[in-house]
Amino acid sequence: MSEVVKVENLGKKYIIGHQKQRYGDSLRDAMTHTARSIWQRIRHPLSPNRESIDLEELWALKDINFEVQQGERVGIIGRNGAGKSTLLKILSRITEPTTGRVHLKGRVSSLLEVGTGFHPELTGRENIFLNGAILGMTKQEIKAKFDEIVAFAEIEKFLDTPVKRYSSGMYVRLAFAVAAHLEPEILIVDEVLAVGDAAFQKKCLGKMESVAQEGRTVLFVSHNMVAMQTLCPRAIWLDDGETKRDGQASQVISDYLQSNTSSQTEQVWDDIETSPGNDVVRLHWVRVRPENGSPSGPITMNMPLLIEVEFWNLVPDAHLHVTLHLYTEQQVVAFSTGSSNDSVWGDRPFPVGLFRSVCQIPGNFLNSGIHRVFLLVVRNRDTVIYRHEDAISFDVLDLGKRKGAWLGKEPGVVRPMMKWTTEHLSGT
Amino acid sequence: MNEIVIEPNRSLKLFWQEIWAYRELFYFLAWRDILVRYKQTVIGIAWSVMRPLLSMIILTVIFGRLAKLPSGGVPYPILVCAAMLPWQFFANTINLSSNSLVSNRGMITKIYFPRIIMPTSGMVVSLVDFLLAFGILFCLMLWYGYWPTWKVIVLPFLLLFAALASLGVGYWVSALNVKYRDFRHLVPFVIQFGLYVSPVGFSSNVVPGKWKLAYSLNPMVGVIDGFRWALLGKQVGLYLPGFLLSIGIVVLIFLSGVWFFTKTERGFADII
Repeated sequence: MSEVVKVENLGKKYIIGHQKQRYGDSLRDAMTHTARSIWQRIRHPLSPNRESIDLEELWALKDINFEVQQGERVGIIGRNGAGKSTLLKILSRITEPTTGRVHLKGRVSSLLEVGTGFHPELTGRENIFLNGAILGMTKQEIKAKFDEIVAFAEIEKFLDTPVKRYSSGMYVRLAFAVAAHLEPEILIVDEVLAVGDAAFQKKCLGKMESVAQEGRTVLFVSHNMVAMQTLCPRAIWLDDGETKRDGQASQVISDYLQSNTSSQTEQVWDDIETSPGNDVVRLHWVRVRPENGSPSGPITMNMPLLIEVEFWNLVPDAHLHVTLHLYTEQQVVAFSTGSSNDSVWGDRPFPVGLFRSVCQIPGNFLNSGIHRVFLLVVRNRDTVIYRHEDAISFDVLDLGKRKGAWLGKEPGVVRPMMKWTTEHLSGT
Repeated sequence: MNEIVIEPNRSLKLFWQEIWAYRELFYFLAWRDILVRYKQTVIGIAWSVMRPLLSMIILTVIFGRLAKLPSGGVPYPILVCAAMLPWQFFANTINLSSNSLVSNRGMITKIYFPRIIMPTSGMVVSLVDFLLAFGILFCLMLWYGYWPTWKVIVLPFLLLFAALASLGVGYWVSALNVKYRDFRHLVPFVIQFGLYVSPVGFSSNVVPGKWKLAYSLNPMVGVIDGFRWALLGKQVGLYLPGFLLSIGIVVLIFLSGVWFFTKTERGFADII
């Protein structure tokens, strides 16, 4: 194996301008300001208008270093504005770096946006040739692959229709079909999976897998972490223009997702006087954690979870139960569960003191996404004596590799793993 | 396997290699621009003949009939037509190439290729127009019984000079247009003005002798005089010092255009 991409100390600086002064509030102020700036422009036509624009340096990328071996598939993740697109733009030579250098071995093709260079007035046939040339294919290559491209895009009937009359689905399919038949040594892909329906996505993914199996190198940017995890064994996490993590995709992605969630998996109140509650019950501690492994580690779909609630009972002989309502992102209650199921304390009166109730949620049950927990304390099985909304929240991550084609979120409030059996009943 | 190194400030030698490597894209872009030029028009490609024909008639009426400017024995329509063809080639190229970068913004920000092929492909489109419009001149010469002499072999060179002049201007303006869109408004105006300061509607002999050399600072003066000299036989002479001056200016414009374009092109994707 040899390295085909080598990035050394790469940096990119942008100069951005801010408007320093606000225009005055009156129309007269705005007019005098405009007149003055026009006069400035006439006197110094080529210099930036220093009076009103304040220039600031912005390093979109700082000191990036990595190497990619031939045949590797590397995902690049990070929040919007982290520098992913800038990195891809430099690698595909659209823009120049400010510092550092990149060595690329072999032909590079980038799919920064499918359909670039399509001309609406030209027919499908003409656009295949034009777009192929723009993406770096030779005329012979395009001719050799023409039928394959047309079949892939499923547009046989409309080959000689101008693409401006295509439906948006046809347009995207054609655009991707041309791009998918490129045969570069290094393929740079940005968010192409965002297009098309599930059947088309399946085709695209199959194509990308086969590209990698042919020993070509793929650099892939996406916000779809399931797709990323399925396609790329390695991931690089960019944060604020710098490499935050580079390594095995599952690890990097789960670190990234965890850093990104707004979840609050634990709340502790030490002072019994001020903690939430009333003169009957007060909360001490609420938290959610994976049943096995580190309490602060990521929560994924297949993990059994524990939700732990500690509270002080202030009244002797109280019949108390804790009830949890689990809300999904769509404000739907996924389920409600109560400690009245507890075989030991379920029917026993509580003496004064600190109690802990733990709810066990099995693995492979919750769907992915943010969940919020509402906590209720119920007395005598019928009266809610205390209610704490948004006690904790946690993000269930979907990190498994999938066999199927669908890489979006599965529908449903919960996603239990059901047992299925199929029998072959007869021959015909 | 060929290795590409991306670093700040690429060298000029690579620049020429790359243009060669991307020649096929250049061909496809020119082909696209020719194909779409007259899409969804009724008379289609006939427009490339209509425009010079109508301009020629108007200029002949104004300068030949109304102003009665001397033509030195050459039928006025031929005099105008021989100048109109290179002039329109020049003007169309500047027009197309100066807007080429801005109107292909999507490609510039999404795909890498040597940017200079974009304004250059505009020249190919106007070249096709030029060749079609040449039919008018051919018919006119047939009608007036003019047979070109051996001098016609210099026409391709004169055409080359017209191409270099228009490309030089096109490189300057298209690169400037990326940052300052003022040029989008300035260019049509300057071209319209240029039609009247260049000897299109009249012979350059109407310019007084002492101004002749200064007049040749306009690069199109040399090209147009050359065209008339090559096509119209004995009646038209060539003022050699002026011609050489014009050609020198053409070369200067072209080289400086390439220089300015290559100096600024690496920033195009960031500011377009």
